[in-house]
Amino acid sequence: MGYPHPSHPKETVVLSKYFGDAAARTHQGWVERGGYEGLKKALGMTPEAIIEELKASGLRGRGGAGFPTGLKWSFMPKGDGKPHYLCCNADESEPGTFKDREIMRWTPHALIEGCAVACHAIGAETCYIYIRGEFTDPWAVMSTAVAEAYAAGTIGANAMGSGTRIDIVLFRGAGAYICGEETALMNSLEGKRGNPRIKPPFPAAAGLFGMPTTINNVETLAAVPHILNRGAAWYKALCLGNPKSTGTKLFSVCGHVMKPGNFEITMGFPMKDLIYDLAGGMRPGRTLKAVIPGGSSVPIMNRQEAEAALCDYEGIVEKGSMLGSAGFIVMDDSADIVYEVYRLAKFYAHESCAQCTQCREGTAWTTKILERILKGQGKPEDLALLLELSEQMTGKTICVLSDSCAAPIVSGIQKFRSEFDAYLRRAKAPVLAGA
Amino acid sequence: MSGGAGTGHGAEGEHQPVFVGGARDKLEALFPRFPTRQACLLPALWIVQEERGWISPGAMAEVASLLGLTPAYVRGVVTFYTMYHTHPVGRHFIQVCTTSPCHLCGSDDVVKALLKETGCGELGATSPDGRFTVIEVECLGACGFATPILVDNDFIESTSPERVPGILAGYR
Repeated sequence: MGYPHPSHPKETVVLSKYFGDAAARTHQGWVERGGYEGLKKALGMTPEAIIEELKASGLRGRGGAGFPTGLKWSFMPKGDGKPHYLCCNADESEPGTFKDREIMRWTPHALIEGCAVACHAIGAETCYIYIRGEFTDPWAVMSTAVAEAYAAGTIGANAMGSGTRIDIVLFRGAGAYICGEETALMNSLEGKRGNPRIKPPFPAAAGLFGMPTTINNVETLAAVPHILNRGAAWYKALCLGNPKSTGTKLFSVCGHVMKPGNFEITMGFPMKDLIYDLAGGMRPGRTLKAVIPGGSSVPIMNRQEAEAALCDYEGIVEKGSMLGSAGFIVMDDSADIVYEVYRLAKFYAHESCAQCTQCREGTAWTTKILERILKGQGKPEDLALLLELSEQMTGKTICVLSDSCAAPIVSGIQKFRSEFDAYLRRAKAPVLAGA
Repeated sequence: MSGGAGTGHGAEGEHQPVFVGGARDKLEALFPRFPTRQACLLPALWIVQEERGWISPGAMAEVASLLGLTPAYVRGVVTFYTMYHTHPVGRHFIQVCTTSPCHLCGSDDVVKALLKETGCGELGATSPDGRFTVIEVECLGACGFATPILVDNDFIESTSPERVPGILAGYR
């Protein structure tokens, strides 16, 4: 485990400050770096005060949906006498996204601290951290860190001597993208197939084991102690003018860039600088063709859109896509958009839980159509059929997996139609073999 | 243990109980962490796979009986998740990421090199010497380190066709 790059001067390092510093992984090392001060402070505050501070900070969920964190926590019932649960979503599986993995590998105690603060704020005694099964290194690091935190009395029956009980249990997934969907994750934790649930009821009313539950992404929880330590005003000021998107965020950049990696920038940072400066720009002789910025589940941006966008929730919507989990898949002029759209459709077809007809059939059917186009067997009506199917796959299912499959297909056809046409007119040689 | 052990009949022949000794202790240590027995299903299946390399029908029946579930229910869960093996695999199980970010960075060539060097020939197959099974896996979540592969529990970043022989040498 090494970390590939030192911080760029344009980064604002808060969450990633100790990435690459192995000593920060230990409980003692974390305390020496100011760790667990946020938890200590939180345990002396009322849950209401913590939630107000978070609301004032403007922190929004970093898993993809961008829901205001303080507001989410405020939905938890009070004085209901039921057990409450916190789930930490560490099932990071969105293509292009690899930020939570770094938080867990390098600063496991930052996540434990954030989970403990959240438990106190929502009245939960137990937090389950659901880590995807393939993340063997983060699992090992987190296991050691949780054991250390128990041994030090930081969590457990009497967390930091406060009289509050906070248990943290790690849970290993077993290979299913859909378990990153919050209700599928809860089903999986309960020992079921990872099928998303119909909402309502929302998790705050009936979540894990039917009890009031809050579920947050790793990065969201890791940001919480910093906000308590340095104040909501400090966090809110970390943006470039848009008060709706505040704080720093880890952006994963991969694909055709010279320096792929995670970059921590303030919300509103220009996408052009992120791609060309921080991530090192294109390979020699290559030019930017497209960016999928939200992980793969959002519309593809073309070069003009990407170069003009600001990296926050609203800025990317304004340029035709969504921030999502901020995993940037960058493609230069050598990329075959049709193939990449096909590969993503194949991903969603593989990962569909198959509950909803539109998704089960739609992801498989669109994959099949894209496959025949790439085999040189496309029919003139195929693009219209893909668009019609995508329409039927959007907004009609229990979760958004099928919408996610449709987003790159529709935007790919809209913005790069000539590449599809080239296969359909047989002007481009097939790239897939087979009858 | 008593109950459902040995009631399943699958490719493994007579089922020898998994949850005895240390494996049994591991499972029982899980019980107090969850409000239901059913919630221990995924962890229990992981224990089976660690002990036996795959999850046989007999093992599914044993887990079902320990957790108060039916064998059919357990099978339904096992087959939902891609990481559980429902048949024996090679001594070393290799998963190579080929989703878009890795595809853009040349994962197809890593797949070819792995198939050739292991002797597996095709994805999903086990090499004639029984040493390796290679499968394609969807996004391993390390896209900035393309192409990542997972060999058993070893997560290896930034592989290339050139690195494949050296990596495999460590598992021969």
